[in-house]
Amino acid sequence: MSQPFRLNKEGLINRNKKISFTFNGKKLFGYEGDTIASALIANGIHLVGRSFKYHRPRGFFGAGAEEPNAKLQVEFNGHSEPNVNATEMELVEGLSATSQNCWPSVNFDIGAINNFLKMFFPAGFYYKTFMWPKSFWYKIYEPFIRKAAGLGVASLEKDKERYEHKFEYCDLLVTGSGPSGLASAYAAAKNGAKVILAEDKPRFGGTLLSDDVSIDNLSGKDWAEKIVSELKSMPNVTVKNRSQVFGYYDHNMLVMFERVSDHLEKKSKFTPRQRLWYIRAKETILSTGSIERPIVFGNNDTPGIFLSAAAKEYMKVYGVLVGKKPLIFTNNDSAYETALDFKKNNVEPIILDTREEHSSELIDEAKSKGIDIRFSHGVIVANGYKKVKSAKIGKLTKDKNSFEKMETIECDCICVSGFWTPSVHLASQSGNKLKYEEKIDAFIPDKKKQQETSVGASNGSFTLEESLKHGFENGSNLSAKITETKTEISIPNVNEKKYGAHDKFWCMPLPKNENPKRFVDFQNDVSVSDIEIALREGYRSIEHVKRYTTLGMATDQGRTSNLNGLQLVSNIENKIVPEVGHTTFRPPFTPITIGTIVGREVGMEYMPTRKTPMHKWHKKNNAVFVDAGAWKRPRYYKQGNETLFEASKREAKNVRENVGICDVTTLGKIDIKGPDAAEFLNRVYTNAWMKLPVGKARYGLMLREDGIVMDDGTTTRISENHYHMTTTTAQAGNVLSHLEYYLQIVWPELNVNVVSTTEQWAGAAIAGPKSRDMLSKLYPDLDVSNDALPFMGYKEADFFGVQSRIFRISFSGELAFEINVKSDHGIFMWEKMMEIGKEFGNQPYGTEALSTLRIEMGHVAGPELDGRTIPLDVSLNGLVSKKKDFIGKNSLGREAFNIESRQKIVGLIPIDRKSSIPEGSHIVQDQNAKLPIPKLGHVSSSCWSVENNNPFSLAIMKDGKNMIGKKFFAVSPLKNKSIEVEVISSHYVDPEGKRVRS
Amino acid sequence: MLYIKCPYCGLRAQKEFSYGGDATVKRPNINEEVSSKDWDNFVYMRKSPRGKHVELWQHIAGCRQWIKVQRDTATHEIFQTAKVTEEIR
Ligand SMILES: [Zn+2]
Repeated sequence: MSQPFRLNKEGLINRNKKISFTFNGKKLFGYEGDTIASALIANGIHLVGRSFKYHRPRGFFGAGAEEPNAKLQVEFNGHSEPNVNATEMELVEGLSATSQNCWPSVNFDIGAINNFLKMFFPAGFYYKTFMWPKSFWYKIYEPFIRKAAGLGVASLEKDKERYEHKFEYCDLLVTGSGPSGLASAYAAAKNGAKVILAEDKPRFGGTLLSDDVSIDNLSGKDWAEKIVSELKSMPNVTVKNRSQVFGYYDHNMLVMFERVSDHLEKKSKFTPRQRLWYIRAKETILSTGSIERPIVFGNNDTPGIFLSAAAKEYMKVYGVLVGKKPLIFTNNDSAYETALDFKKNNVEPIILDTREEHSSELIDEAKSKGIDIRFSHGVIVANGYKKVKSAKIGKLTKDKNSFEKMETIECDCICVSGFWTPSVHLASQSGNKLKYEEKIDAFIPDKKKQQETSVGASNGSFTLEESLKHGFENGSNLSAKITETKTEISIPNVNEKKYGAHDKFWCMPLPKNENPKRFVDFQNDVSVSDIEIALREGYRSIEHVKRYTTLGMATDQGRTSNLNGLQLVSNIENKIVPEVGHTTFRPPFTPITIGTIVGREVGMEYMPTRKTPMHKWHKKNNAVFVDAGAWKRPRYYKQGNETLFEASKREAKNVRENVGICDVTTLGKIDIKGPDAAEFLNRVYTNAWMKLPVGKARYGLMLREDGIVMDDGTTTRISENHYHMTTTTAQAGNVLSHLEYYLQIVWPELNVNVVSTTEQWAGAAIAGPKSRDMLSKLYPDLDVSNDALPFMGYKEADFFGVQSRIFRISFSGELAFEINVKSDHGIFMWEKMMEIGKEFGNQPYGTEALSTLRIEMGHVAGPELDGRTIPLDVSLNGLVSKKKDFIGKNSLGREAFNIESRQKIVGLIPIDRKSSIPEGSHIVQDQNAKLPIPKLGHVSSSCWSVENNNPFSLAIMKDGKNMIGKKFFAVSPLKNKSIEVEVISSHYVDPEGKRVRS
Repeated sequence: MLYIKCPYCGLRAQKEFSYGGDATVKRPNINEEVSSKDWDNFVYMRKSPRGKHVELWQHIAGCRQWIKVQRDTATHEIFQTAKVTEEIR
């Protein structure tokens, strides 16, 4: 079990703890502290996947979030996750990783034939190839693309993990723990500011972990450790690793993704897997560093080709060699550090430097160590299919457009460096318009729009000294403004190597008659020639080039490709890069799991659940619940093997014949108090309210200002200046806001207060011909006769020692009463009613029976008051006062509301008296007419009439009042039904309303 | 997510508020004659400016007060908030 590419000493991994895992079924091991990538490279494995379009073999390219290739399907802790970045995922015992985007295996992939048919896959190939014939799309093109381009498989299992959200506020948020981030956090913490320091990786320190520097005579790594441990000891500082700030939103709100427990072998049941932090920061320090960009050359996607800094990180952090015969290909000094580290580990690198022979501190050091350096040289094309075997290199002519000579040399890896690109994603997301910095050939933040300050490499400062200085200064100044305390901190002494100037060179030319693919964007397989085609075909805007070629559109957001793509466009177009501009950076910076976004808001916790005080009783008595807004309401009470249809019929019938009780707690209730309460109601409702006596209820209708019915309900005058309003369950919140709007903004002169009392009262409706008999048993000392308590009457009375309110109102159309008691007594009231009601044949009824009862009575509800109907449409125009003004009155005069043939509510019964009419059916004259068939109306509510024992529906129909007696078809393409119906009155039962008054 | 300063409660997350439209619209007085043109303007016609906009929000999960917010519709910058009885200049 040897690891051929693991160094003996180097690295920060824990060599005392071996971790076993599998890759494509093969058993392997790594160490605690490895990523999947570092462990695979240590085992000499480079081929990890196939590319998106051409299925070319691909290996690792980076060592962190910049990785474009190594996306794996990973199974661990009992779940399977696609597109896991192998360079970021930490190794855990028992983990199993497999390559995606290849079939049947990564070593032999049928799709690789695309590589030889690449003329079929040029830029815009989706647009061109799959355009016609249209009928081919679903059957041929889409399945083909899906099979060929699948990027991993989403699990079909329910995610059993726990995800959490957290809201946090701080003075200063620092994003990234490299030198500038640590310095900023430290200075701000010393000033007493509330600081959050976020680091994406498991280890703090950023480049300090792999750079050969010293700070105050400590190694970079030791200095970082010292600062972090001091920060951790301070109560005003939160230090988070494995936490990436991925989005910068309005008003300085940043969102952070914390990987809490994927790296843990054991965790408690309540430990979340991942946590999403919403952080409102007064100030933000963006210390996100920079990402090395490659130089483009032939077959530059061959496994074994790395960014040079990644190769260094593998050595320094993981103790892993990416190869033993390295070629270092660079246009700047930073790659020399990688070469020196190879040399230190007894590996002989060859450096190809595109610059002409010159000297600098690093070049001189490399020379003195005897490293083979070839100036004016570059890699033309890499050879090897599944792994680099050799490279054709060339000496560039002075103009760097062709070669003086070429040769092929052996190598097993190529470490490439094309200089550094500041990570400006968060700055750009915050609204900062970037500016192009000629000196570094890249964009850096410009004028700020929000409270953000970029420091260090993300601001284009590539020296340690400068990064620390900016960090300390900005951390101190920004926090001092908030805490009004300033602690002096001396800036430490720094020892680092000085870099010479880089070469503004980014793409190798090709020799005549050679045409290997030169990739700009690995993840989306976009090559130099694709971008050339896009420009040749007339795409000019960089945003259009991006969409046509898919450059930078993959999950890595073009971290290693954007700048090179811009260079290419600017070269061809003969423009400078800032004229070409850049595409928009959008969150998230790296992909995050859907689970984290959802957090705990799943299943029962998807939204708050409201239960009435009688909920437990309903449950115990086999209630089947239905969601009514956030409320759980009994839909029906199941007896034996009853279906919904059977149960609701039984319950409704019992109301018509005996008596039933229904939990109506969920109705919205609003207390209205004040000397102007009557005047206010008079303006809110369409009917008259000035003369309602104390102790009486009235049915009221309210409109929106545009004349559409908003809600209906009864309001009762409890005392001189006190009214009790009820609303429908669904509109309770809206109606309260509506009333508050008019009281606070439109008529502040009215002395009225409103407050929701929905949850203060438990309500039960007693309905049916025997309800009065039952009521008299519930209130033995009270006169409940028709004279003492008439329809729309109100009484307060003692209910077995409990204060209660009795309203004689009815939704079912039967003789009915509604009793309210304080919520705490709800269950007491309910059980008492069940007990006393027995002798009258009382049964509880749910919302389904309630609907049946109101539909056959022709009472309107939500489906009729659907935001499109005016009072006339639902036959409630009798409630519209002609004498007084009210909300929405002026709109009722609109021409469209007054045409003769306007829609109107009607009743429908099937001709066969058997077929139920699906709700939502369209009413048509001739179902076989030529399409589109003119629609005459729609079915709003349907029930099985228990009174007449056949189906009955309410419908809103054009010219409804003149349609009575006529026959039509109710057509539901969804249910594939067409039913012949006859139009009748909407009041199917007791049209004179005798029962409620009996 | 916006950060809105309720004049009664202080800075609160947007989650606690609901939007209420243009705050400069004035409802015609109750019981007063109004031309259908004025009425239609009140009910339907709204400006949709790019830039400063004085609008109503209700602190629905807080004090339930309607408030005025002067916001830039393009950048979301909030310049001023006030009680509905106060003027925003
Ligand atoms: Zn408030």
